[in-house]
Amino acid sequence: MQLTVWTYEGPPHIGAMRVATAMTGLHYVLHAPQGDTYADLLFTMIERREARPPVTYTTFQARDLGTDTAELFQNAVRDAHARYEPEAMIVGASCTAELIQDDPGGLAQSLELPVPIVPLELPAYQKKENWGAAETLYRLVRAFAPAADTVKPEAGRAPSCNILGPTALGFRHRDDVREIKRLLKQMGIAVNVIAPLGARPSDLARLPAARFNVVLYPEVAGIAVRWLERAHGQPATTVVPIGVGATRAFIAEVAALAGIEPRADLEQSCGHGHLPWYSRSVDSTYLTGKRVFVFGDATHAMAAARVARDELALEVVGLGTYSREYAREVRALAEEFGVEALITDDYLDVEDRITILQPELVLGTQMERHTAKRLGIPCAVISAPVHVQDFPARYAPQMGFEGANVLFDTWVHPLMMGLEEHLLGMFREDFEFHDAAGPSHLGKGRAAAPAPEAAITEVPAADGSPHWSAEAERELRKIPFFVRPKARRNTERFAADHGVPEITVETLYEAKAHFGR
Amino acid sequence: MSDTTLLDRAGKVGCSDHTILKERGQREVFCGLTGIVWLHRKIQDAFFLVVGSRTCAHLIQSAAGVMIFAEPRFATAIVEERDLAGMADLNDELDRVVARLLERRPEIRLLFLVGSCPSEVIKLDLQRAAERLSGQFQSRVRVLSYSGSGIETTFTEGEDACLAALVPELPQTADDRPHLLVVGALADLVEDQFRRLFDDIGIADVDFLPPRRSRDLPAIGSGTCVLLAQPFLTDTARALERRGCTRLAAPFPLGIEGTSGWLRAAAEAFGITLATVDRATAGPRARAAQALDRYRADLEGKRVFFFPDSQLEIPLARFLSRELGVELIEVATPYLHRAHMAEELALLPSSTRLVEGQDVDRQLDRCTDAQPDLTVCGLGLANPLEALGLTTKWSIELLFTPLQGFEQAGDLAELFARPLHRKTRLRV
Repeated sequence: MQLTVWTYEGPPHIGAMRVATAMTGLHYVLHAPQGDTYADLLFTMIERREARPPVTYTTFQARDLGTDTAELFQNAVRDAHARYEPEAMIVGASCTAELIQDDPGGLAQSLELPVPIVPLELPAYQKKENWGAAETLYRLVRAFAPAADTVKPEAGRAPSCNILGPTALGFRHRDDVREIKRLLKQMGIAVNVIAPLGARPSDLARLPAARFNVVLYPEVAGIAVRWLERAHGQPATTVVPIGVGATRAFIAEVAALAGIEPRADLEQSCGHGHLPWYSRSVDSTYLTGKRVFVFGDATHAMAAARVARDELALEVVGLGTYSREYAREVRALAEEFGVEALITDDYLDVEDRITILQPELVLGTQMERHTAKRLGIPCAVISAPVHVQDFPARYAPQMGFEGANVLFDTWVHPLMMGLEEHLLGMFREDFEFHDAAGPSHLGKGRAAAPAPEAAITEVPAADGSPHWSAEAERELRKIPFFVRPKARRNTERFAADHGVPEITVETLYEAKAHFGR
Repeated sequence: MSDTTLLDRAGKVGCSDHTILKERGQREVFCGLTGIVWLHRKIQDAFFLVVGSRTCAHLIQSAAGVMIFAEPRFATAIVEERDLAGMADLNDELDRVVARLLERRPEIRLLFLVGSCPSEVIKLDLQRAAERLSGQFQSRVRVLSYSGSGIETTFTEGEDACLAALVPELPQTADDRPHLLVVGALADLVEDQFRRLFDDIGIADVDFLPPRRSRDLPAIGSGTCVLLAQPFLTDTARALERRGCTRLAAPFPLGIEGTSGWLRAAAEAFGITLATVDRATAGPRARAAQALDRYRADLEGKRVFFFPDSQLEIPLARFLSRELGVELIEVATPYLHRAHMAEELALLPSSTRLVEGQDVDRQLDRCTDAQPDLTVCGLGLANPLEALGLTTKWSIELLFTPLQGFEQAGDLAELFARPLHRKTRLRV
């Protein structure tokens, strides 16, 4: 039993809904109690979809448990088929229906409806949303992409690929697909099928016709892609094109898979990638070595860590994910960065880590945005779980060269601008610039600044740690408030390590020299 | 899957002679766990621990407005594979989780173990667990249980189950002097207004259930008159009646007419003349009438369709039709409690199509056929209906906004007028 206040991922049938809702001509009949229909609002309110998700729920109640829930389920399948006339159906159970063991797959098959029915087994007490999406896509691909190589790539035509992974309720999936399609077009590569977003079940049958697969979201497409590789000998991309470096590596990988030479002017033809120059521009100097904490799904967290280090010259001080399926990969990358990976689905663990590390920027999910706001740390959102704000009206991909532009803007804007920061450092006693004022860019919603310290007196520390002389405390206050907590901690650590009982102005500067910036 | 019965003339009570359509099919409604979203804010030292699945946790965080801002006073103890496989003893696990929780939140005085669909199906006895834990944390935390599961409760019935669980905890009054108990969670602001109004009318001894703090549980006895502030409190009312309280028949305090009728019912029970009530409420009633006037032009003659949601549908429809001149096409409610609703039904136009239960696909067909000017529905349906060109009012706001009483009558009208008003302003 796990105590949970808030969860990054929903149950696995939500993942199945994300796949079903992304597709057309597919209908999902979910054996589920009354109340589970709440899931519809994720799609209609957060993503603002204009249609209800193609899901029929049995919504059984206690009185049905005494009678025949199996019959209720069969009627739901029959009615849904008659009403929606789907090309294919998926059937399964939510957590409660899993317990009553009605066997939705068998019950649906026995109706002998004239459409293919794909049963889903999504263990609700073990697995979560992304796994559910991956398993659903895999089951659909297995069911519809013919096992034998009956579909052969046509010779003489442009090399083609499939784009796999984008779903409904995905973090910027809509825009990522558009950006990557554009990039592939510039490379002269045809897109065979995009799935699940926008695909029909019958389109999945054409998957093997492509030469290779482009995997945008391994959390969703991973299992399906590995099967396509085994069953159809279709190779797949391994680089997720988030950031300039990754996009270049992706282009090279795609070119190799397609057997083509990428055009020399490809980057120019893709429009302007501003990130490399903006990052070199002298006003960005202030970003150097800023301490950043990264948390999200594995794909976005790992990509963000690389972009932060290599393309913005930030210092990654923490990296973590809630995607346990990718714990190994994230741990390996964290080791490369010399930090300890945080693999957890408890947001309070993440909050604790952020509080300890006191980064200058947090790249996380909407939950880390709240945490960071409370702690007064700038934050940008890089990953699902999605919020209505993650479906901006404007074009805002995360992938490709345009995606890198978006990353630059969304990560840098929460930080204080460079020259302004220098001026504030020089004139730190400006009467308008004090702790209580709060940085204007964080808005009025910023959590209350730390309570103003009382008149400076020499207070012996209660816990036996070194205490501050009044003079040192006054000097500390001259340090801009946004670095003051770090200066305080560093000084106390220095004093403790060196057995200094009282912190003086000297100690403060010795600690500064010891720790550097 | 659907089962539609036409019951002719369910005129058992009052002067209602409405035809009621009973539907059984897919129900697009929340389960009773959703009530935690407002109950945990109302009772400030209570904590709600759902014993359920990841779906339960996901539902509450989705219904609570997607993200939480402060650490909330609710959580889910998620049952896992090893609990089901018998590798861990569920009761031991629950004790461990509760101990950890109470250690983290020492200010909690009342803990509700809230049953869910999975806990009901595996027959986890939360009532016994609550008794065991109450013994363990004696004098520090009272532990109670109720079911908010979707198989047992629909949306607001979760509040009913929660309050019914509180009834046995209410102390006994020393004597049988008349005393008023207002039952149903109300916004603090509304509660304070009602308290002043009762005082002006001459009823000084008034308590509210649920109280803002669990240590202030009101005492009840045979002199207690129960005035329901919400229309969905069937089990709570029954439990109170079993303890000798008397339920006062009244409409619900929505709009001028509903609020007046509600206050009059209380006054009558206390032997206070209606003239006294009218005198005490003249000011607020006049203000409310003035506030409603502003929205009458927007709403008069508009055709409104209600999807079933909170059981507030009938009182709301009555208010819209009688005070704002709205034409009711269909009023659907998850359950229709004829005795509690008698005074409301008597005020509804007899032409109103009343529906109990739901078959969402059929109801959507009826709705799109009728092309109402305004459709009141849940969050899952609102945008799809808007995309079809209909104007909607999402119903959950009707529970999360202070709407009862004279001073809020204008706000209530405004909630319905706003989507219509918006539609006339938009030029895109």
